[in-house]
Amino acid sequence: MSKGFGAMLPGEDGRPRLPGSLHLNRRLSQWLAIHADGRVTIKPGKVELGQGILTALSQIAAEELDVSLSRIQVQTAATPDSPDEAVTSGSLSVQHSGSALRHACADARRIFLSVVSQRTGVPVDSIRIVDGSFFGPQGEIGSYWSLADAELLETEASPDAQPKLPSARRLTGTSVPRLDLPDKVFGAARYVHDLRLPGMLHARMVRPPARRATLTALREGPLPGDARAVRDGNFLAALASTEWDAEAAAARLAARAEWQAEDSLPEQSVLAAWLREAASRGKHSVVQERSNPAPAAARTIKRSFTRPYLAHASIGPSCAVARWQGETVEVWTHSQGPYNLRADIAKTLRCAPERIIVRHMEGAGCYGHNGADDVALEAVLIARAVPGTPVRLLWSRAEELGWSPFSSAMLVDVEADLDAQGNLIGWRSHIISNGHSSRPGRGKDPTLLAASMLADPFPVHPSINPPMAAGGGAPRNAVPLYRIPALHVATTRLLEMPIRTSALRGLGATLNVWSIESVMDELAAMAGADPLDYRLRHLDDPRAADVLHKVAAMAGWRNRTKQEGRGMGLGFARYKNTGAYAAVIAEIEAAERIFCRRLWIAGDVGEVVNPDGVMNQFEGGAIHGTSVALLEQVRFDRRTVTSDHWEAYPILRFSEVPQVQVELITRPEVPFLGAGEATMGPAIAAIAAAIHDALGVRPRALPFTPENIAAAMDAEA
Amino acid sequence: MVAFTLNGDPVAVDVPDDATLLQALRGPLGLSGPRFGCGTEQCGSCMVLLDGKPAYACTLAAAAVAGRQVVTVEGLGTPESPHPLQSAFLAEQAGQCGYCLSGILISAAALLAANPDPDEAAIRRALDPHLCRCGSHNRIIRAVRRAARQMQGQGRAA
Ligand code: FES
Ligand code: FES
Repeated sequence: MSKGFGAMLPGEDGRPRLPGSLHLNRRLSQWLAIHADGRVTIKPGKVELGQGILTALSQIAAEELDVSLSRIQVQTAATPDSPDEAVTSGSLSVQHSGSALRHACADARRIFLSVVSQRTGVPVDSIRIVDGSFFGPQGEIGSYWSLADAELLETEASPDAQPKLPSARRLTGTSVPRLDLPDKVFGAARYVHDLRLPGMLHARMVRPPARRATLTALREGPLPGDARAVRDGNFLAALASTEWDAEAAAARLAARAEWQAEDSLPEQSVLAAWLREAASRGKHSVVQERSNPAPAAARTIKRSFTRPYLAHASIGPSCAVARWQGETVEVWTHSQGPYNLRADIAKTLRCAPERIIVRHMEGAGCYGHNGADDVALEAVLIARAVPGTPVRLLWSRAEELGWSPFSSAMLVDVEADLDAQGNLIGWRSHIISNGHSSRPGRGKDPTLLAASMLADPFPVHPSINPPMAAGGGAPRNAVPLYRIPALHVATTRLLEMPIRTSALRGLGATLNVWSIESVMDELAAMAGADPLDYRLRHLDDPRAADVLHKVAAMAGWRNRTKQEGRGMGLGFARYKNTGAYAAVIAEIEAAERIFCRRLWIAGDVGEVVNPDGVMNQFEGGAIHGTSVALLEQVRFDRRTVTSDHWEAYPILRFSEVPQVQVELITRPEVPFLGAGEATMGPAIAAIAAAIHDALGVRPRALPFTPENIAAAMDAEA
Repeated sequence: MVAFTLNGDPVAVDVPDDATLLQALRGPLGLSGPRFGCGTEQCGSCMVLLDGKPAYACTLAAAAVAGRQVVTVEGLGTPESPHPLQSAFLAEQAGQCGYCLSGILISAAALLAANPDPDEAAIRRALDPHLCRCGSHNRIIRAVRRAARQMQGQGRAA
């Protein structure tokens, strides 16, 4: 049977290949339940981070089952029952969870139809499903609900299930309103921050004054109300019945704590020099290499680009609630990876993971590995002091901006060769960075902040990079999608980590896409070509060309006119070189500083489950990118991060947010690709190009502040 | 004991002098709409209406609202009887994580009460104290304009 052939190829583990996360979580009942009262529960292991995943997954399930969307309920991820889908990250949720649910629901539909067919004698092909009821030629012959108790889903998914053909889809591909938004506009209790358990206590952390510090003494003294201190080595917290007492107690403890602090951070003013120097002790590796025949280079340019450490800067500080009961502990968390968090809490407590129950609840928007996991462990450690009593720990704004993992500072050197006709024929680049992942659950030691602060501490290992097959970390998008005969891309991962680094939206792509696009613009100018034409002539992928043509049409690129103090620029990338395509044109105004006034975005994510949801993600990512481009940098002295409030770490505000126009090229017949991270790099690249258009200077360092632009002008002069 | 009017109803709450209004609202008064974001008047997550004007609940002492009118996002409307702004935010799908929305809805309500037909610049100005990290700004601006149109239409019809 040729139609099932693709699905029948064995997986690497020898079992028939099943789509997405279904391969490793094969029981249908792990993914969905059908209830006699006419409801369907879906149970994805991926979690809502503000990206709208619950709505998209509900659409997919309703589509395959042929039930109305209102019948679908989502059971949020929790150990030990949810499928283990690792981490909700990398713009992979629809690929991993959506394709699993699509297949599982198609299989459920097949099973129910074959049972009803056997019972009634009506051939499967003659049964229609209308909102979950089954109709034969003579009328209704049953429903999902009438068979709900038959335990039909207690079985492994079959590779033979056939999801609907694209032409038969009705609900996916439409802009269904987000299921979570009503709660959010009426102020309902939906976030983990809103969880109130009977008898719950409140906790606040007391942080050291430096990254490297030892708590040498804690002077005795009264605390407000019933507050008490909880201490384990350098880990110090206040615990009280009310939030105000917990906060006041934490302030008093901070005043009574004596720390022996040391310098351990690099000098911020020479960060790029520090990166180069630390790279001499780092781990060098080749990312990709090719050497196809090419003409001799007529010209070579060499350029360097840097970016600072970046913060997640979530609007809501990290929060968790934990409760011990005997030997087990339950924790409510906005972690991106419930199972991975469970693994690292277990390592820290030196106990079996089964003793820990991790329940996901939504938090404020999450753009990567922020403090969510750290605060969960801390709540567990504090709650251990009061068995049977739930403890809610909320980080302060200063902790959120100062102690969450950061995205690494980076530096890239690029050399590009042109032939006599102006074609790009050679590319050599080298990226220096800390790793872009210290996510929990993957190493032998826990990576959670508190684990290194205990009296019996765990070592802190330098962060790592995901493998290139998973998109890479620092070298993400470092290999240009453009046709280049000879190429050598290498990276050095630092083995010292003065500032803890981990994954933030786009990982290394925020630097790599901009550096590639900046060099492409320079080469285009040298070749006397328009930046759009120059890109098109080096692209073999028609989907890439399509988004570039589209964005050019949207922005009127061909007919653009030069205006004093204004500039337009173009940026393009295919995220991870395997994900979504995004082309962005930016218009900026150069005043006392740079303002981005407009962004046009054309994207291609293959099949689109929810167009409005994808456009929302594309726009949000581009505004995030604009903020990174113009404003953001983590500041620190030799001891600690000093940009721990919004004035010191500004992000884009309403008065300076650009107008954004997004259009999608939809391709229902090709696999879906995640949208959340696709536009950030191209938006930054487009803004940099627009700055050159306005001011004649190519920025070399993020953010594009007046100081950094002036430095680039000096360097060019 | 501090007595004030919360979302139209009289309430009295026993909190110490150093408790903030936000702590009182989210603690003993059991609300979840006003949110903690920074505690220092820098993000707008906690915004409430105090006698009709936007106020940061995160720095305001609970004791300071004695005898006054406090309105939170819960007091603007309900799913059964939404404020035009809440309907407009849903119609425009204005939000991602939604954490910022409670405070933004409050400032938008104050804006429309003072200026029934704000242009885009006025909306941006009124919302500038609010941070949104998800990048929902443009949708939010569209939603405020939509609500303004709808409220004006109703006003004319009435
Ligand atoms: S929490 Fe009040 S302004 Fe941020
Ligand atoms: S919607 Fe997430 S912060 Fe505004």
